[in-house]
Amino acid sequence: MATVIIPTPLRKFTNNSSRLNISGASVKEVIGDLSLNFPDLKKHLLDEKGDIRSFVNIFVGDEDIRNLQQEHTALKEDTVVSIVPAIAGGSEAGSLFSREELARYNRHIIIDGFGLEAQTKLKQSKVLIIGSGGLGSPALLYLAAAGVGTIGIVDFDVVDDSNLQRQVIFGVDEIGIPKVVAAKKRLKALNPFIEVKIYNTQLTSQNALELFSEYDVIADGTDNFPTRYLVNDASVLAGKPNVYASIFQFEGQVSVFNHRDAQGEPGPNYRDLYPTPPPPGLVPNCAEGGVLGVLPGIIGSLQALEVIKIITGVGDTLSGRFFTFDALTFETRTFNIKRNKANPLNGENPTITALIDYEQFCGVKAVERPVKEISASQLYDWQVKGEPFQLIDVREQSEYDLVNIGGELIPLGTIGENADRVARDRKVVVHCKMGGRSAKAIRELEEKFGFDNLYNLKGGILGYIDEVQPELTKY
Amino acid sequence: MAKSSNEYYSMLQISDSALENMINDAVSSFPDECCGFMFGTEDEDVRKVREITIVANAKEGDKRRRFQVSPVDYMKAEHYAEANGFLLLGIYHSHPNHPAIPSEHDRVAAQPYFSYVILSILDGVYAGLRSWRLNEEALFVEETINDHQTIQ
Repeated sequence: MATVIIPTPLRKFTNNSSRLNISGASVKEVIGDLSLNFPDLKKHLLDEKGDIRSFVNIFVGDEDIRNLQQEHTALKEDTVVSIVPAIAGGSEAGSLFSREELARYNRHIIIDGFGLEAQTKLKQSKVLIIGSGGLGSPALLYLAAAGVGTIGIVDFDVVDDSNLQRQVIFGVDEIGIPKVVAAKKRLKALNPFIEVKIYNTQLTSQNALELFSEYDVIADGTDNFPTRYLVNDASVLAGKPNVYASIFQFEGQVSVFNHRDAQGEPGPNYRDLYPTPPPPGLVPNCAEGGVLGVLPGIIGSLQALEVIKIITGVGDTLSGRFFTFDALTFETRTFNIKRNKANPLNGENPTITALIDYEQFCGVKAVERPVKEISASQLYDWQVKGEPFQLIDVREQSEYDLVNIGGELIPLGTIGENADRVARDRKVVVHCKMGGRSAKAIRELEEKFGFDNLYNLKGGILGYIDEVQPELTKY
Repeated sequence: MAKSSNEYYSMLQISDSALENMINDAVSSFPDECCGFMFGTEDEDVRKVREITIVANAKEGDKRRRFQVSPVDYMKAEHYAEANGFLLLGIYHSHPNHPAIPSEHDRVAAQPYFSYVILSILDGVYAGLRSWRLNEEALFVEETINDHQTIQ
């Protein structure tokens, strides 16, 4: 039996009692009993995990239990246990906004239904953007301009000239430097009142959960399936909303996944739509399939819009809906989506409780067994020595017209029907833009037609231009 | 911003002597933040602060932007209230060279029920005070201060 002294601010939860006699052999038992008898008091004493809150001090007699055996401190008869709220504060954050910030955000603050309240939520929020490319560029620019207090950026790439057709956050001066570094510089120049944290690394199953735990909202701007599933699964496991967007050639998609509604129920996620990924190679990424530069500008901006709506609670988000936009026809469609009982993450019988190997899951590893390779300089060597070989280019006609190195054009989609054009009596070098499509062509020829004389040009035509013929046009 | 239904419309009256002691503490502590407890009575929605006790700012490091009350001082304050038949009504602290508006740091650390009086001290000169109290949504709502009416 201990006498517990309830501090004045918490007495309204104990029917105005300042002293309560509670049985229990330890502090933990006493607090447990107290929470049981006075449920409203519980949230002021314990956090979600059931640990004593950092703003609450517990004293046994005159001693802080932090100096004793913490919550396991044993209690004798007639011990006095005091609950002592930490009293602290200070002007450090000023009135949250400086005069300059209030002026900067004036056009937000004067919107009826948005106002200082929504602006305050933006400033207090932390948003993590995966990828600072086509989608990330506009999303980052608008979120920074809007005054999101902390923005994190994950990207391991460096700025390349071919990015600038759509990745508007970068400029020619930044070619060759890490994207996150260039992006941070641009964002800080745009809005010095925000924090920008950069992670010049690949998002992996090893670092995703820890990283996500530090943010309120995740926005996925990646262009490959392994990362898309990783971001989705990590968002669900970490309990964070995931603003999804993707683009391909002329079409874009946006949705909000795993966003809890007012009742605390999570909305659908990517796995409710697509439990498993498409076969590898079926859907090419931007580097392979191309993308109209303005499209990520549109879709990335919509992504920023949904992030802002989630943070501020203003308007209805795309949670439970899936939006598509066709830039060619200007047709937009919004589909209703629902949670699926069979969802392996959070359906009725979840089978995924930790992050997995997403490369393997998406079949990227399993199928991409190695093909024989040849470097650009080796190919040049063969050319100089007059070694007999056939050169096949599996890109599209439009790419071939732009630049070629004299290969025979057989686009990847037609390789099977043109297998008889591929030589069997000498070595054959196959190339595309960067090496991805040519590897697929070689696998198809080897598997279906039994070729064993095929070599993939490492780095594709771009690698060849860099090393052998820099005077040619890169694209 | 629209006021929600559960906001307080309470009033705080501060006795002349308590007000004088608070201001003196805030001015003499400048440029550091000062802090202390307020004691008194509560009748319906009117709180009357009759006395204050000054406590040391226990914040380690820069006290110009932060204050902290030690748990021992807090327990003493509860005892003092009990022994003298007062209610512990809240805390006062100063914002040196800042307006008397609660910061996010104030809000996060704030307790329910308590009145938080903030005194603004600009360049060492008292520049007014305001009082704030958390509503049910843990947001600060300003309390009306009636410092013209002298209370005994």
